[in-house]
Amino acid sequence: MATHGNNEVDDKGEGGTREHRHAVERRAEPGAVSPLWAGPGEGLIVPGYRRDHEKVDPPGDFPAYRGTISRHPKRPLVPIPDMLTEVTGPLLGEDRVGESDHDLTVDAAGGEAQGQKMLLHGRVLDGDGRPIRNTLVEIWQANAAGRYWHAWDNHPAPLDPHFEGVGRCMTDDQGRYRFITIRPGSYPWGNHFNAWRPAHIHFSLFGRAFTQRLVTQMYFPGDPMFDHDPIFNSVREAADRARLIANFDWEATTPEWALGYRFDIVLRGRESTPFEEQDS
Amino acid sequence: MSGVTPEGALPPTPSQTVGPYFSFGLEWDDGPFAVPEGTPGAIRLEGRLFDGLGHPVKDALIETWQADPDGRFAHPDDPRGAVEWDSFRGFARVPVDDDGHWSILTLKPGPVPGPRGSIQAPHVAVSVLARGVLTRLATRIYFGDEEEANAADPVLSSLRGGEAERRTLIAVAVEGGYRLDIHLQGPDETVFFAI
Repeated sequence: MATHGNNEVDDKGEGGTREHRHAVERRAEPGAVSPLWAGPGEGLIVPGYRRDHEKVDPPGDFPAYRGTISRHPKRPLVPIPDMLTEVTGPLLGEDRVGESDHDLTVDAAGGEAQGQKMLLHGRVLDGDGRPIRNTLVEIWQANAAGRYWHAWDNHPAPLDPHFEGVGRCMTDDQGRYRFITIRPGSYPWGNHFNAWRPAHIHFSLFGRAFTQRLVTQMYFPGDPMFDHDPIFNSVREAADRARLIANFDWEATTPEWALGYRFDIVLRGRESTPFEEQDS
Repeated sequence: MSGVTPEGALPPTPSQTVGPYFSFGLEWDDGPFAVPEGTPGAIRLEGRLFDGLGHPVKDALIETWQADPDGRFAHPDDPRGAVEWDSFRGFARVPVDDDGHWSILTLKPGPVPGPRGSIQAPHVAVSVLARGVLTRLATRIYFGDEEEANAADPVLSSLRGGEAERRTLIAVAVEGGYRLDIHLQGPDETVFFAI
């Protein structure tokens, strides 16, 4: 239990009676100096998360990607510490996932998608290498011809009636996920002359805390569009961009059936606190 | 706080934009409902999303996460213990419509303990994901009819921009719920948090 100091919050895991909370409220001092950044041993301590994502995430303002120009906040983000709302988050369960939602290549009527079949798998880990178990992984992607199942996509490439391009699964107790899909095509977009996105699959992850929420894109090794894509290049360091690229996986490649790709995802790790060692 | 990945630890996977075509992948039929329709005490929380030109954003996803009416979370990392509130998910997600409008059905959260014995006023954590937004933007929604609690809130009272900034985070009471517009940029730019 990561409580400490004033014992505002009981540490039995069963607290929160109304009387108790009123006692907590009386300690608030309206108008006092902001207590936002508590030092060690001062009040309710919750397990925080490292802020190393700030170095790897793209800047809000990246004019080469024109969409950012009028959509990035111009004032600096206001830092707030991790508090209860930030270190908790929705723990979405199996009820979000249908039995065949991990297989994008077969539709409800049994029709097969066109394209290069691939087995896409990997692990969801935190920054300390611990598996994030039983967490929802959502993906969506264009079809083999580079067309999305979306009314606004007017790229004149064929829709595939058997490929919607949406997948969901839960990680297992090792943090592993697995999808069967097809390799998406590149598609043109209006950002600049002759702009084409490198082939990619969108990923959405929750982890276990509001702070860990991540939406990203997975790319394929050696894509010729990498040098021309401002979205990929909005990640400043080459080493960080490299972690958006799946690895071809010979072991997972299945004869006469599908190519294997592996993409591991790392969500932010926990800030270490002195209490952690003491409690574990 | 530390912005550095410790030796031996793994740096996080970078963020990328959700893009314009997420809705077929991320829209859930029950997404806008943190509680089912007809739940006693349910409130509608709504608003519009604007860009820096004052145009409504029509390709964005709004997600919310919050405490229950007692200020508790159904989550083991709350040191007070996890508490389930009947049929309350705490989480909602909804794509904006063509006018940038979004709306969810939820319960009004209770106050939540903050650092140094402070009490955070009732609030909802919000993520904004959109085309042109490379990394999820995090903000909060507070409630206009909680003046006393808002005045004591450690986050609101830490804002250096004072009332002008606080105003961008406080929803006004309307019939059946609360309303707050979110501005990604411009004179009414919403306060976004580094979390």
